[in-house]
Amino acid sequence: MTKNSLYSHCLHFGTIALLVALFFLLPAYHVGNLSRIMVLAVYAMGFNLLFGYTGLLSLGHALFFATGMYGLGMAMNTFGLPSELALIVGVVCAILVSTAIGLLALRTTGVAFMIVTLMFAQAGYLTVLYFGSYTRGDEGFVIQQAERIFAGVDITGETSRYFAALILFSIVFLLIAYLVRSPFGRTLVAIRENEERTKMLGYDTVRHKLLAVIISGSISGLAGAAYALLFGYVGATFATVQYSIFPLLWVLLGGAGTTLGPLIGVVFMFYLIDLSSELTQAYMLIAGVVLVLLTLFAPQGLAGEIRRKVFKWLP
Amino acid sequence: MSDKSIKDPTRRSALKLLGAGAGLAAASSFIPGISRFAHAEGAGPIKLGFQMHSTGIGASYGRWYDRTTQAAVARINEMGGINGREVVIVTEDDGTDPKRGAEVVEKFATQHNCDMVFGTLFSHVVYGSAPRAGELKIPYFVCSEGHHVASGALNRYSMQPGITDVRSQVQAMAPFIANNLGKKITMVYPDFAFGHDHRDYFTAAIEAQGGEVVASIAIPPTETSFTRYFPNIPRETEVLYHVMVGPAVLTFVKELGEFFGPQRPEIFGFLDSLEAVGLNTPGLEFLEGTYFWEGNPRHAQADQSEFDKSFRAAVGVNEMGASIDDPNDISTYSHMFSCWETLNVIKKGMEASGYKGPKDRQSLIEAVEAMTAFEHSDDHPQGAKVMNGKTHQVFGHQFISKVTNGKMVVEHTTSIEDGFYEDAVDYTTQSF
Repeated sequence: MTKNSLYSHCLHFGTIALLVALFFLLPAYHVGNLSRIMVLAVYAMGFNLLFGYTGLLSLGHALFFATGMYGLGMAMNTFGLPSELALIVGVVCAILVSTAIGLLALRTTGVAFMIVTLMFAQAGYLTVLYFGSYTRGDEGFVIQQAERIFAGVDITGETSRYFAALILFSIVFLLIAYLVRSPFGRTLVAIRENEERTKMLGYDTVRHKLLAVIISGSISGLAGAAYALLFGYVGATFATVQYSIFPLLWVLLGGAGTTLGPLIGVVFMFYLIDLSSELTQAYMLIAGVVLVLLTLFAPQGLAGEIRRKVFKWLP
Repeated sequence: MSDKSIKDPTRRSALKLLGAGAGLAAASSFIPGISRFAHAEGAGPIKLGFQMHSTGIGASYGRWYDRTTQAAVARINEMGGINGREVVIVTEDDGTDPKRGAEVVEKFATQHNCDMVFGTLFSHVVYGSAPRAGELKIPYFVCSEGHHVASGALNRYSMQPGITDVRSQVQAMAPFIANNLGKKITMVYPDFAFGHDHRDYFTAAIEAQGGEVVASIAIPPTETSFTRYFPNIPRETEVLYHVMVGPAVLTFVKELGEFFGPQRPEIFGFLDSLEAVGLNTPGLEFLEGTYFWEGNPRHAQADQSEFDKSFRAAVGVNEMGASIDDPNDISTYSHMFSCWETLNVIKKGMEASGYKGPKDRQSLIEAVEAMTAFEHSDDHPQGAKVMNGKTHQVFGHQFISKVTNGKMVVEHTTSIEDGFYEDAVDYTTQSF
């Protein structure tokens, strides 16, 4: 094991250990917040794989998040499936949708890719509204507390929800850390840096990009399904363009192309809004100013700047 | 909840499991989270968490809900508070967003140590927030007019005792429309859940009155121009029933006027479309002579009650439904009374249950469930009401007004019974 690899292992397992410790140290409110943050960080990690490592900027990831969410929610509410099966349904739906979107959207590049993904997401949002008789449209629907039992555990309580979110986060966190250091992940980075050169070296860049879309979309869908299961609500709001912009902000703030960046970005944004809303009703103005300052003085995001200035080994 | 499930261990039991109990006791004064267990029962003010739409699509409603809430609480405190304790409002903005709504409920319960949460209007925020309220076992009083509570979709901790729900409102309109305006109806509504509620409940209600919906025209929420939809209105239409929300309503009315000109059918709409919008706004002249549902008459009527006079004075609304300080600041008069009345129901419930602190939350819910009727009074200035404890939903009078010389004049007041429908749920049978 190289020195950098050892540091990387320590960082990832240390982060998970810290999250375990925080459960015992933080007040209840922040424990609840962290549960939510970890699930959203999974969403951000999915986005980061495509944007931060592959260099493909999607403006339609809310479609994948919502697909997982509705896949699970409707499997439970409409078809009465148990939560375990419903979670699988949610992820399978996200795999299918991301495959289809990938096959179509990857015919374009650059700005066109952004617009195509945005339009697909908007079409997905309108589809949810159009089939309002089944989806309850913009209002959404509740997954009853009594139904939210997973593997025999009631996951609506503070402790079980936190650790369910932590397990999910840890699996995806370690998977991404492994993936980006694997030959596949390095090929994605090569595509990001110079796709033509990667192609000339003999790599099938189209196949790699398609796989990146599918993995990214599936992880986002998994996050959506988990969010619905842990917090009991499924709604069209999560399919709006706003929820496609959020992961972009989180990843840019935390550090695109870093494994820790998505978590840092979600924590930062969550508490920036939460704390500034206590000071003024114009809290989005504060959030906006802080984001502009960060973009100016930390263009690579928080983790990205740490990597640039201090820990070069940061994955 | 299933007996087979493993109950969620508390953090305290988890700590015991780790053998850290003794250490925790010693460290408790240094750990901020532990202090939340020390919430004093029966001492200090009663803290009510106000989930406010300060920003987002519900901001115009939120502004007036806030003014009404502050006025109601000032009045309650002037009268000696609740059970001798001062009432304090803790406000958090939910951004009219269901995700943030749930976070705010959590913040009220676990950080602010509020006794309960109230004030949510938009249905999607209610749906997003109610599960957390149920899990945290904190009473959640919504002021929404959505059918969510009475439909049985929520939980025992969610109640709507201050405003009639949309199903009841829509149903109560049908007899007047069928008997006075016409029996062949074309409905124009936004193609999302709120519009679908109107479509479904009104279609059934008008058929029960011997009428029929000859066309249902759903408008996609992203639409900004409506002219292309109007040719779909059948010529046999006697009444055009419209409910549009959002800023596009001004364009809708203007284009409707251009399409029909003076040869129009009777027109009936829900004032939700024009809450916080003045009827003298350019483009709305076409509404002269048309009819509106109102939850509470915006313009003071000739037979205005003393209760309405007091209410207007308290919340700072003049006889034209605008702010006393700014005539251009139009209130959301058809909905905002719900905050006032809900707070008075909370007061009654706390007094009936002898509420002292969070351990009495279940008694409070049971006390409100036991309520049956509210008299037209200063506590309930919109009118008398009937409370259905099983469905956690209140029923009240509705008003049908005609725009006459730019003013809405009440033509008909429905009976409370006009809005009754079969119970869809009995929350009292659910465990806490």
